[in-house]
Amino acid sequence: MSAVAIGVRERRRRDGVRRGARRVVAVALFLLALVGLYELYRWVWSSAGFTWPFAVDSTSMPHVWTILKAFGQPAQVNQPPLGTILFHKALFTAKEAIVGFGLGAIIGFFLGVVLVHSRLLQRGVLPYIVASQTIPILAIAPMVVIWVNPKLPASFQGWGSVAVIAAFLTFFPVTINTLRGLQSADPRALELMRTYAASRWTVLWKLRVPASMPYVFSALKLAATACVVGAIIGELPSGLQSGLGGAILNFNQYYSIEPQELWATNIVAALLGIVFFVTVVLVEKVVVRRAPENVG
Amino acid sequence: MSALEPVVKIEKVTKVFPRGNVTALQDIDLTIDHGEFISLIGPSGCGKSTLLRVVGDLTEPTEGSVTVNGKPARRARLDHDYGIVFQDAVLFDWRTVSKNIAVPLELLGWDRERRRNRVDEMLELVELVGFGDHHPWQLSGGMQQRVSIARALAFEPALLLMDEPFGALDEMTRERLNLELLSIWHQLGSTVIFVTHSISEAVFLSTRVVVMSPRPGRIAGVVEIDLPAQRGVETREDPRYFELVTHVRELLRKRGEHLLPEEEQQLLEAAE
Repeated sequence: MSAVAIGVRERRRRDGVRRGARRVVAVALFLLALVGLYELYRWVWSSAGFTWPFAVDSTSMPHVWTILKAFGQPAQVNQPPLGTILFHKALFTAKEAIVGFGLGAIIGFFLGVVLVHSRLLQRGVLPYIVASQTIPILAIAPMVVIWVNPKLPASFQGWGSVAVIAAFLTFFPVTINTLRGLQSADPRALELMRTYAASRWTVLWKLRVPASMPYVFSALKLAATACVVGAIIGELPSGLQSGLGGAILNFNQYYSIEPQELWATNIVAALLGIVFFVTVVLVEKVVVRRAPENVG
Repeated sequence: MSALEPVVKIEKVTKVFPRGNVTALQDIDLTIDHGEFISLIGPSGCGKSTLLRVVGDLTEPTEGSVTVNGKPARRARLDHDYGIVFQDAVLFDWRTVSKNIAVPLELLGWDRERRRNRVDEMLELVELVGFGDHHPWQLSGGMQQRVSIARALAFEPALLLMDEPFGALDEMTRERLNLELLSIWHQLGSTVIFVTHSISEAVFLSTRVVVMSPRPGRIAGVVEIDLPAQRGVETREDPRYFELVTHVRELLRKRGEHLLPEEEQQLLEAAE
């Protein structure tokens, strides 16, 4: 029997590899098609002279190759190429985003666990948690910087407060989905735990938390991209120059002269978000063992 | 607990659900001795599942008392005196078969070595050797239910409660699992309370069949099943088996006819 089982596992693994390869090819083709469409649109609009919705020229829509070339050229004299600079700025922003993600995920999860045990708290606290997300992040960022920065150790100065802002965007989906996930435990399974005279704590760790994992991970996927956005926006009012937010602010001012640099920065920011997202997806694949049809 | 003491003693148990004021059980008296296999049978709404839940302290009786192993039902539940199997296997998707069987053992604080040994024994008992590393969704419904039985028996409870455990399975799987359950019961010598809709299943498995009638849930009669202790495929062809099946069926029907108009009235009221 176990020989059959191993055979099944081996086949499933091979199927997985094949499916993965097919997906990579599909993504590459899709990207290529997107670039083709972009250039086609550009060509049609500029040669026909359409001005709706906007006139197409090398400022509004630089060529794809112009943008790609910008990565290899220095943005200012006597500097390393833009690609190298953006890479380091991306690492800086990634540091803020990772810490923000971790902080937000832990706080979010903890809040979900607390809330699931108290109807009263759910009714009392949840509206404020929802309300907190209606505040534009730019509006509270300066306050967070002023409140948080003085308390941070030297090595956390500046970027630490940006991580807190990123955490502010991260915790919300995690709280909401953790709460839903913890409540998703099968009532009959809860009853089964009751027949074992299991404590609340045991029920939480053996049943509710594992049952919540698919929900928690779909929140973490949202949070993975949200924390990157949070980190970039958080850099703006903090006056930090070392991250992608600072670069975006800077290249904004030169957009009319050198638009390709802002485009290049945007691509790097998007890539960073994708890397975060994919990382969460991969971790989910390892952690969440579920019936294939239940994987959301 | 002395050997002479009954495993389960149900005295004057009445259960009224406040919602709709439905009397699910009325004046139930039942004593179950060590090693018995008791089936509770009756139409839907006769309170057979409620009675099982009262024994398991999953719901409290409105009146009367239940003792398990000489203790109040609540104490017995806290002492892990019974294992339970539901209609659905209720396995944890994120655990392998072996880890599912080990859940109650983990809660009892058994160490890893002891857990592994017991899980291996249980896999053998329910004939799932080689499936320990599978996940529940990779198994058929019948196999999942066997895992659920292994989990319920893993910590050797004196009492096994089964709430229509084979109700969701096809007839063939059901008959095979009936035979397996009998063999497990003979091997372990535990006491079983088995809720079912099926007359043939109840007669085939039990030492006594408790026939219940609905609204309010009452015991309509208790049928001693005097078939030989060792039962097999040939039991289902035994004339005595047919007599007993007919007897149970008549008990069910008689009570049904007797109660029908009043019952219907109550059913309508409850539905409103």
